[in-house]
Amino acid sequence: MAFSSEIRQWPPERVQELIASATPAAVERALDREDRTLIDLAALLSPAARSYLEPMARLARRLTRQYFGRTISLYAPIYISNLCAADCVYCGFAAKSGLRLRRVTLKDHEIHVECRALAERGFRHVLLLTGEAPAKVPPERIAAAARIAAEYFPSVSVEVYAMETSGYALLQEAGVEGVTLYQETYDPDTYRQVHLSGQKMDYAWRLDALERAGRAGIRRLTIGALLGLYDWACEGFWMGMHGRYLQRICWQSALSVSFPRLRHTPSRFRPPRLVSDAELVQLILAMRLFLPQAGFNLSTREPAALRDRLVTLGITSMSAGSSTRPGGYASRGEDVLEQFEIEDTRSPETVAAMIRRAGLDPVWKDYDHAFFRETATP
Amino acid sequence: MNFSETVNPNIFSDPLVIADRTFRSRLMIGTGKFPSARALREAVAASGAEIVTVALRRVDLSRPEEGDILSALDPNRQLVLPNTSGARTAEEAVRLARLARSAGLPPWVKLELTPEPKYLLPDPVETLRAAEILVKEGFVVLPYIQADPVLARRLQDIGTATVMPLGAPIGSNRGVRTRDMIRIIIEQATVPVVVDAGLGAPSHAAEAMELGADAVLVNTAIADAADPAAMARAFAMAVEAGRMAWRAGVAPERDAAEASSPLTGFLFETSGNVGPRD
Repeated sequence: MAFSSEIRQWPPERVQELIASATPAAVERALDREDRTLIDLAALLSPAARSYLEPMARLARRLTRQYFGRTISLYAPIYISNLCAADCVYCGFAAKSGLRLRRVTLKDHEIHVECRALAERGFRHVLLLTGEAPAKVPPERIAAAARIAAEYFPSVSVEVYAMETSGYALLQEAGVEGVTLYQETYDPDTYRQVHLSGQKMDYAWRLDALERAGRAGIRRLTIGALLGLYDWACEGFWMGMHGRYLQRICWQSALSVSFPRLRHTPSRFRPPRLVSDAELVQLILAMRLFLPQAGFNLSTREPAALRDRLVTLGITSMSAGSSTRPGGYASRGEDVLEQFEIEDTRSPETVAAMIRRAGLDPVWKDYDHAFFRETATP
Repeated sequence: MNFSETVNPNIFSDPLVIADRTFRSRLMIGTGKFPSARALREAVAASGAEIVTVALRRVDLSRPEEGDILSALDPNRQLVLPNTSGARTAEEAVRLARLARSAGLPPWVKLELTPEPKYLLPDPVETLRAAEILVKEGFVVLPYIQADPVLARRLQDIGTATVMPLGAPIGSNRGVRTRDMIRIIIEQATVPVVVDAGLGAPSHAAEAMELGADAVLVNTAIADAADPAAMARAFAMAVEAGRMAWRAGVAPERDAAEASSPLTGFLFETSGNVGPRD
């Protein structure tokens, strides 16, 4: 059964009820056991668990160190296009926003320039991003960009629109290690309200995309909900389900979870369910206890002070020194539309120094071209 | 009787030999989880380890850098044992091994073929295939395997330099959970048996050595300790103690205290003969 069918067993009312009715005793049970169930996850996401954040944090830190050691991986995003056919009310790339700014898709030589700039800053892992424009930036174009990036980086991942299995197979052949695809919100009604046009309107098509990527041989699958669109605890419950589903079906792919949070910005969109720092922390801790072996990413959407705290509470991977506009590192100017404003503007080296101060080793390289093709003698 | 050999076995007269190379230390160290290159260097020094395994996916062989894993190791004192961690198929592992050799690392490889990233359990089929190819190409192959005595025999028949059965899943710190199968592997071994993965405390390492393992490999338990160097030293001592105990002949386990001959003692008793009477 596809995940889009499986999730129907847990409609919003049922999940809300389960989370709201969790008792302190249920939270303690969830803390005590090793193999946690969905009932335990609901308890850890519940209001009753708010008074257990410290013991949850201790457990989360121990589990993270057990499976990942004292390390934090670093990566950088490269936006290769900001063209977008979708109209997602929360997004800087939405077809109807940023009318005075430029829409571009980087040419090959510009991708080279961007890659060179990032490789010089120490990065060995990049995430290529586009908008939702499968007609103008088709899978072949993304695969070509990935091949260029692979000349500079041992690990290339992508965060693009949902594809057919054949599209993911093209990426896999181009050496793409990971695919990130946020469901944005797992609540079907909210999903409908915020996605106003394009292929992205299809909730189930998007929800089942990572399974297609896994079947195409993509080695790392990253899920996420855009926090702020719907109740964060329910999103956490569904993400936990989704993660376990992918671990079961795509058993040769590693799982990661991202925690992108919409912040209060003066744009045309006000997130209906803003998530506080304490709620974000509770979500990360609950997810760590439910998915101990999953990688957890935190982007530069979050401010430096919070990121500094979260490196020891379950996060295993961070972006640094990011730009969210195509050409933003070297090849283009500020007249190009960006997706969102970053909060942590520190340089990669400053972020790495912070990681070292926290007693952790910043890891730049954690993958090799040799996994997917014969490589030249270094 | 030779007092020094039977009563005080000297660890230095009992070297570990793998593929004709002699090692004094029976503790191997994994490197992927240390907080810094410096912590790794200190732990390796404190433990006296002479075999240190390095994930090829984590090192940049084309441009070695200050502060990376390789910079923490001294090739004159430690054998840098490249491992294929992250490989899912025999082909991937073979490519990684060739890459390491062509970059100037010794032609030794710890085969790690773990197609499922959750528990990182080894794939017996791909491991056997990769071992066949790499042994033929002249590599010294040390395969990480499930504690499967038949697989261990198949691998040593192919010509691997060791077998490395897991005590418990990587990073689980659960100790020698596969004890019964490891006993059989050791009993049948014609190559050194290295218990790898799952050893969470020095007492676990001692247990593996008391069983007769030739060496152990530890990563998480040392890297994650509050003081990795001190924990590395503690593991080294436990490995020596366990080895010494095995050589001295560890007494078998008993369920309860026993009289010396509770079942047959009657045969030799001077009175109360229970046999047939006249």
